[in-house]
Amino acid sequence: MTNEEIKQALGAAPTGHEHHDHKNRAFVFHSPLKVKTGNRKKSLIVSVLCLVALVLIAVVGALLMTQASATDLSVKNQAPSLSHLFGTDQLGRDMFLRTVSGLSTSIGIGLIAAAVSSVIALVLGSAAALGGKKIDTFVTWLIDLMMSVPHIVLLILISFALGKGFIGVTVGVAITHWPSLCRVVRAEVLQVKQSRYVAVARQMGQSSVQIALRHILPAVFPQLLVGLILLFPHAILHEAAITFLGFGLPPEMPAIGVILSEAMSHLSMGAWWLAFFPGLALVGVVMLFDVAGQCIRSLVDPHQAQR
Amino acid sequence: MAKLIGKQLLKFIALMFAVSVVVFFLVGLSPIDPVQANVGQAAYAALSPEKKAELATYWGTNLPIWERYLNWLLAALQGDWGISLRFNQPVTAVLAQRAGNTLLLMLVAWLLSGVIGLFMGIVAGMKKGSGFDAFVKGYCFVLASTPTFWFGLIMLMIFAVWLGWFPLGFSVPIGKSAADVTLADTLYHLILPAATLSIVGVANIALHTREKTIDVMESDYIRFAQARGMSRWQALRTHGLRNLLLPAITLQCASISEIFGGSVLVEQVFSYPGLGQAAVTAGIGGDAALLVGIAMVSAVIVFGGNLLANILYRVVDPRIRQGGDAL
Amino acid sequence: MSEEEKDQVIEGHEHHHDHSHEAAHHHHLHAAQSHHTHGYHLLQVENLSIGFDMYEQTGKWTSARAFSPVIHGLNISVHEGEIVAIVGASGSGKTVLADAIMGLYEPNSLVEGTIYFDGVEQTTETLAQHRGREIAFVPQSVKSLDPLMRVGKQIGGTAEKRAELFQQYRLDPQVERMYPHELSGGMARRVLLCTALVSDPKLIIADEPTPGLDLELAVQAMADFRAFANKGGGVLLITHDIELALSVADRVAVFRDGTVIEETAVANFSSPDTLQEEFSRSLWRALPEHEFAVIPMEEGWR
Repeated sequence: MTNEEIKQALGAAPTGHEHHDHKNRAFVFHSPLKVKTGNRKKSLIVSVLCLVALVLIAVVGALLMTQASATDLSVKNQAPSLSHLFGTDQLGRDMFLRTVSGLSTSIGIGLIAAAVSSVIALVLGSAAALGGKKIDTFVTWLIDLMMSVPHIVLLILISFALGKGFIGVTVGVAITHWPSLCRVVRAEVLQVKQSRYVAVARQMGQSSVQIALRHILPAVFPQLLVGLILLFPHAILHEAAITFLGFGLPPEMPAIGVILSEAMSHLSMGAWWLAFFPGLALVGVVMLFDVAGQCIRSLVDPHQAQR
Repeated sequence: MAKLIGKQLLKFIALMFAVSVVVFFLVGLSPIDPVQANVGQAAYAALSPEKKAELATYWGTNLPIWERYLNWLLAALQGDWGISLRFNQPVTAVLAQRAGNTLLLMLVAWLLSGVIGLFMGIVAGMKKGSGFDAFVKGYCFVLASTPTFWFGLIMLMIFAVWLGWFPLGFSVPIGKSAADVTLADTLYHLILPAATLSIVGVANIALHTREKTIDVMESDYIRFAQARGMSRWQALRTHGLRNLLLPAITLQCASISEIFGGSVLVEQVFSYPGLGQAAVTAGIGGDAALLVGIAMVSAVIVFGGNLLANILYRVVDPRIRQGGDAL
Repeated sequence: MSEEEKDQVIEGHEHHHDHSHEAAHHHHLHAAQSHHTHGYHLLQVENLSIGFDMYEQTGKWTSARAFSPVIHGLNISVHEGEIVAIVGASGSGKTVLADAIMGLYEPNSLVEGTIYFDGVEQTTETLAQHRGREIAFVPQSVKSLDPLMRVGKQIGGTAEKRAELFQQYRLDPQVERMYPHELSGGMARRVLLCTALVSDPKLIIADEPTPGLDLELAVQAMADFRAFANKGGGVLLITHDIELALSVADRVAVFRDGTVIEETAVANFSSPDTLQEEFSRSLWRALPEHEFAVIPMEEGWR
């Protein structure tokens, strides 16, 4: 809409500085600046595209696991080229294949972590909101306790407790990511609990279980879904970090943490591609999850996502 | 005030107790047998038979875990945190040497990321919708998705390998004893790790400050300040800044936990001899006593950050200062 | 109403019909106090239109740019030495009008019209120069003060000026050192008035200055505005409280559906016959001392 059209909508005579007719003279004190706002259709398309891309990476990476660890000493330590997009490592493994497989592993572990953490968050969050003061205090205290040690240190401890390796990192990442989501669930359930339609349902004689399943769960679900997707980036970054430090996935598994840890020892030789591309790909995957999460949030909760 | 201090102290003791239980049980449950893991170690070989027996009592499987915990707790309360097998020194001595390095690194990163993030957030919020705003949003978005250790590797590659401005790792030049290290040496080795932590750490505070700036600029008191003839920037300077500083300080103090986490990774990448690197060494090497010690110290640092946030809040905000229920 | 007063009312009435003669100068009826000191109004707003450019959700997945007009073709004037009350329902755009006169605009707003202040046609820039100096604003509540700054510092001006104002408005010197949250309702209202008076303004725009005050304080607040007007200042009082407006103002502008439908002397509210608009008459009937009749309102009058 142009400013002229706006003026017509206003019902005012088209005016401007050039009009000297005394009656209609008007000064434009301010005209609207260009505003840009999102649109629901766009958000939907972007989030679906992101999720499709992520599923594709996960599936392709899983299928390429064997090729990814295939060594070929005739092409070792090669810089990126058309035949080896991300170059090759000291054993002649193709870094592109290793990276995609590593990302697939990351997404898999992220999936486990997101699933477990969201179940814990749902259970503890609703228990805190519905179970009375004592349970609420306990859950709050548990969250405080979880937050009292830096996340990485907690992951090191859990991984250490479980003897490192795949089990250690997966369990560690899975059981430490629930506190923030738990707070969201608790707040949301509290809100629904106090709403009128739950009161009506209760008066109509529905049992607590019925109310929980029919009213509270559906109301919490959108926030839980958004929280779950936004949990992936954290889980994936933590898995990579803990693997990089040597507590996570074993060296024989394709994982970004393993790749970067190996790359560090070859850095002085100038094999920059060993660290650069796999890390960049990890950033890309984390961002895909982030974009998908933000877009879904804007669909679920348009007010909060306006900025 | 005395009541508040007492309350915080009580909270601190309760939390430390709970943390020690969790940490000790996690470490104690580990299938990594410290006696086994360290048989080949020089420190272990050098131990007297009594010490070995004591070690077995501490970490061995011949006692129930709660009994081992009580033993550890009683000794720890008297200042004996056990012996670090990897460093062949009392745990307290290792912590004392390393804590300084880590705290220095964290302090520099904390201040740098705080100041730069605050600045970026304010300017972006004031110029919402501008090119700079888009840049800050994009920067924060990408940095929030970037693994700290990978960014550290890239920094190392550029500044140490390609440009050769810094050595590849080691906070102390090889061949120098710790006593010979000058302040200049320390700072020289601090630059890359601190820069890495700061650049990555900016994202959180900048985005948060940006949101807050937008909120504050729409607040009644800023609008009134403008109605009284101030420009937007004047109103920001006179009334906005102190209102922005409060939440920023709180957030930055609360993020000490994350900065510590980041420092663990960065120390590993740059071979910087701090607590984080020691934690990794301890974890890999089955040095249980040291691992427990470091976890406890990290909890103290996180608690200190939160406490600092509470205190600063009281200093800046008269409503809480007089209301008196913040602590 | 005496014969003489009635004459003035009638004269004003004619004056209105005569406005073609004085060009766009007049859209309103005068009160006894209304005079053109230098041959012009202190504030004169003509044909002011304000609207907002927004996005609206048009369907489940789509949104479209839409323009929503808030104020159109509005005229209002304030003479020296008088209080003009703009009376309209809450949330009907009166605050937007106050912002427009002070040259404060939302980024997505379209604002056009003609504004004269002290006889000079204004632009966005000149309004910005007058804002907070010759044109001062008295906000609704203490929320408009910085919660973290002491009152004295926020009022500004010199220490002597503040002391003088504090004495004049019965404020304890200790109030200087207080924070906004420590002020009582009456203190806060006087502090807010002081923030406006510290710059020696010619015109005060007051946005709902009385809600939350008990009757005695509200009357006191109005007396303070009256005193300012009596010394030659102009007051534009924005309120939803018609009774309050009638008790203190010299003239009343009835604001409805985004414009001023009638701008008339308070005296004309003594009888429905001297009011020109049916809506104004229904306002008159709604006054407590009349029939308390319900106003036939689509958009709701609160």
